[in-house]
Amino acid sequence: MDNPGPLSRASYPRIARLYRFQWEAAQNAYVLLFPEGMVQLNVAAGEILRRCDGKRSAADIITELRAAFQSDAIDGDVEAFLRSATQDGWVEWRDTVTP
Amino acid sequence: MSSVPATAAVPLWMVAELTYRCPLHCPFCSNPVDFAKIKSELSTAEWCRIFAEARALGAVQLGLTGGEPLSRPDLEELVAEAHRLGFYTNLITSGVGLNEPRMRALKDAGLDHVQLSFQDSTRELNDFLSSTRTFALKRRVATLIKDHGFPMVMNCVIHRLNIDHVDRIIDLALEIGAEYLELANTQFYGWADLNRSQLLPTREQLERSEAVVAGYRQRIGNRLRILYVISDLYETRPKRCMNGWGTTFMVIAPDGLVMPCHAARMLPGINLPSARAASLREIWLDSPAFNRFRGDQWMPEPCRSCPEKAKDLGGCRCQAFLLTGDVGATDPVCDKSPLHARVLEIVNGPRPLRPEIERPLVFRTPENSEQLLASMTES
Repeated sequence: MDNPGPLSRASYPRIARLYRFQWEAAQNAYVLLFPEGMVQLNVAAGEILRRCDGKRSAADIITELRAAFQSDAIDGDVEAFLRSATQDGWVEWRDTVTP
Repeated sequence: MSSVPATAAVPLWMVAELTYRCPLHCPFCSNPVDFAKIKSELSTAEWCRIFAEARALGAVQLGLTGGEPLSRPDLEELVAEAHRLGFYTNLITSGVGLNEPRMRALKDAGLDHVQLSFQDSTRELNDFLSSTRTFALKRRVATLIKDHGFPMVMNCVIHRLNIDHVDRIIDLALEIGAEYLELANTQFYGWADLNRSQLLPTREQLERSEAVVAGYRQRIGNRLRILYVISDLYETRPKRCMNGWGTTFMVIAPDGLVMPCHAARMLPGINLPSARAASLREIWLDSPAFNRFRGDQWMPEPCRSCPEKAKDLGGCRCQAFLLTGDVGATDPVCDKSPLHARVLEIVNGPRPLRPEIERPLVFRTPENSEQLLASMTES
């Protein structure tokens, strides 16, 4: 499988196969679900991962989040989060759009 | 009806024990020893109602177990409904009955993950412990699970007879491509409690196995995540009971009894509610059974004034009952418990070299369950 590794802004992050991402009304939060476990995400993490759909590049995601949070100073935070999410195995990367 | 306050605990985890029927006969099973008396299983429609009620309460992880859940011909239908409701669905299975058509049907129904049990890394011990010839079958089922793209957890219950094989059990998990390996030291409830003297590992065995696991973790990194759950009999502080009684877990027995943990059925004086008679919402919020050990008002000394009480919440209620006869006692694993000597007696007592030969294992069979039932009624 092509997995060029994180943080080329031109490549496409998506939720890794082992994980399921969804909104949980009872917790008022996005969560990541995996075999017999769950991570409850804070607002920023939820907004980033919500966009990791294999159709948006990292650059697209950053552009959208700048608008959503009305700030041009978020790039570093988003990249740091994506780096740690990749290390944790939550996110995988592709060179091309996932159909 | 009560309303859920914003801070109320949510039963995030629901375990559905779909049936007590099982083709395997493992002597460390956590099912109640008198399971043979339970004849009336919940119907498909009853389970679907229960799933919907649990989801409305905020449950999100669903463990489908038993017994062997594949013994239910409606498993695919139940998975489909749970998936539709938004559960993350975990099938916890011995693999017996998991053929290609059922695997595909479960995939189509939206099953998220399969946990496959092995009893050992060797055919001989796997087949002896389960009293079946299933080792080869389990290997085939593992391939099937991977071929269908499921994440796979391999589970192996650890005890005196297989703990020295931990290295080979990890090798097996790597070989079959599991993403996670759960090495679960036997918890001594149900059938395991009957067989405790044969199954409890020695302190030396436990320490050796921990070193082996630590070595593997260093070598293999994230390729396989190893969860090593230690029996706390060798500890000096108890573990939280299911992350806290009535805080996170809800277990539904095959006949609809709703329990705060797998073993609660044997606890005396706890009137477990039935999902056939009340809604899960009423049960979770208002039933005396679920409220009995919430908070710290129930705690005796030395727990009540203990600075660590918020950490372990007084320990495991079932262990307290089995070792002291009092369900409300401090878990005697704690070395502050006045009855801690009972735990020391068990772990430091005489340990024959081949305990399973001096005293044969009692296997989990309907016949043995009937016999145990008869002896319980006599006494």
